[in-house]
Amino acid sequence: MDLSLNIGSLRLKNPLIAASGCFGYGVEYADIVDLSTLGGVAVKGLFLSEREGHPPPRIVETPSGMLNAIGLQGIGVHRFIREKLPELRERRAVVIVNICGTTLDEYVEVARILSDAAGVAALELNISCPNIKEGGITFGCSLTGTHAVVSAVRKVTRLPVIPKLTPNVTDVASFARAAEEAGADAVSLVNTFLAMAIDVRTRRPRLSNIVGGLSGPAIRPIAVRMVYECRNTVKLPIIGMGGIATVDDVLEFMIAGANAVQVGTANFVDPFIWSRLLDGLRRYMRDEKIARLQDLVGTVDTTAREQAWISS
Amino acid sequence: MAQVYTRDMPVDIDATVMGNRRLSADYNVLAIDAPEIASRARPGQFVMMKTSRGLDPLLRRPFSIFEILRDDGGAPRGVSLLNKRVGGGTSLLYQAESGARLACLGPLGRPFEPVDPPAEAWMVAGGVGLAPFLTLAEALHARATPTMLFYGARHAGELYCVDRFETLGVRVVLATEDGSRGAHGRVTAPLESALSRRPLGEPLKLYVCGPTAMMRACAALAASHGRACDVSLEQVMGCGLGGCYSCVVLARDDSGRPHHTRTCIDGPVFEASRIVWDAVDAH
Repeated sequence: MDLSLNIGSLRLKNPLIAASGCFGYGVEYADIVDLSTLGGVAVKGLFLSEREGHPPPRIVETPSGMLNAIGLQGIGVHRFIREKLPELRERRAVVIVNICGTTLDEYVEVARILSDAAGVAALELNISCPNIKEGGITFGCSLTGTHAVVSAVRKVTRLPVIPKLTPNVTDVASFARAAEEAGADAVSLVNTFLAMAIDVRTRRPRLSNIVGGLSGPAIRPIAVRMVYECRNTVKLPIIGMGGIATVDDVLEFMIAGANAVQVGTANFVDPFIWSRLLDGLRRYMRDEKIARLQDLVGTVDTTAREQAWISS
Repeated sequence: MAQVYTRDMPVDIDATVMGNRRLSADYNVLAIDAPEIASRARPGQFVMMKTSRGLDPLLRRPFSIFEILRDDGGAPRGVSLLNKRVGGGTSLLYQAESGARLACLGPLGRPFEPVDPPAEAWMVAGGVGLAPFLTLAEALHARATPTMLFYGARHAGELYCVDRFETLGVRVVLATEDGSRGAHGRVTAPLESALSRRPLGEPLKLYVCGPTAMMRACAALAASHGRACDVSLEQVMGCGLGGCYSCVVLARDDSGRPHHTRTCIDGPVFEASRIVWDAVDAH
């Protein structure tokens, strides 16, 4: 049974990746999850320097989902390399570092620093966090901005470059194409949906930041549709995410066109989810007689539905 | 300087509800069969409960471990939770029937550090903030540390399990906001007079859990009387393991600089003097 896949020069042993922002720096989970069994670990977004993020309340639960506005609290790239990366290497984690910037130069600088650090497997470009005002999503919401960040980072690193796309645009596939043209090795999608919740008694927003990003099973069908649209548009490997909580959810994303997936919110509910998902993938491959899991990618069969519609 | 705490590996148990004792229309004590958690738990630690098996509620909720339940031979068998019905998840725990199964992850968090005699331990609880103190009282009893409990609630009907503390030799001082039992008013009033009466040469540590306003007042009293004070904070948590950064509180590091600090792994027990109280949301 072959569950592996390639992203640029990087080989992942399976398609299950811990989603950035949902797995701390990985080390928080090292005692309860064998990090080396994951396809990859996408660590919390890093700027050049430390950031305190937003004041609490930072999360609120919504139907089948959660709304968050953490605000990219983080220890900065230098402390990450000094304090977290050695343990991640020791645990043989495939480390995908999610990088952030308020300016183009900051993305480039963070990418350059990480490219010189031993133990970083790939860079995920956070151009899609809905919770910070400057940089980030402003690049991710403009085709020229997306192209500019990806090509600038591309020039300073040999590591696989994976821009993480926002769903808060009209046509996410055009952003995947812009990323592909700029030299990305893969795209990951979707980040959270910009959303809001209000306490009707106090009439105050439930988050200190007023608005936040929606994740969890509530968003899954929209994310699946967006992965499907991107699969029809680009050749790049796609890392799909958005509300994955069961092995069927993983399979749905892969059939829609994802080569790999990230799991975020569900890891909060069940930090032991990884072995269950892996077992489930193996069981499905055995039952469906699939030797190579990548053969499943993008195999959604839409023909019958189209014909039925035409003949009706 | 914060004491170094090395956490035990938490376990996730699909635990059976062994009993549900409803104390009032809002409060209940839920007993769950979780020997692996009960045998590792230390005073002040918490568990993350999945209150439903489906997607509503989606996330787990943190609960202080109220009691360590033991079998006839004294071996740890389970834990109980003091639950107050306030929302969807806590309502499900209020209604839970014996035999139901609930996922329970723990033990989690930085525990209380019980003081040794001749120092005294003064616990201060407000409402459901009583939850972490029964396990602490047991640990203090085992050390023969003289212990007091200052316990406040809105009215007499919301004061629970006082006899459990008295059995452990704890001297209990009660206060209710309506004066229906104990001192009339806030529990911080009898605390303040007791602090004023106690000679500085006689060592003492405060342990506080309750509403934010009460903890803030206790932190100020402890500071003005020159007493050590630990607080157990409750924040909205996403994961309980340090992964999501939801449950932060503004706390000073060893150099005095305030940082958003995770309540789940750096707390829930903090030295009160580290907390920037003006930044803590009142609830």
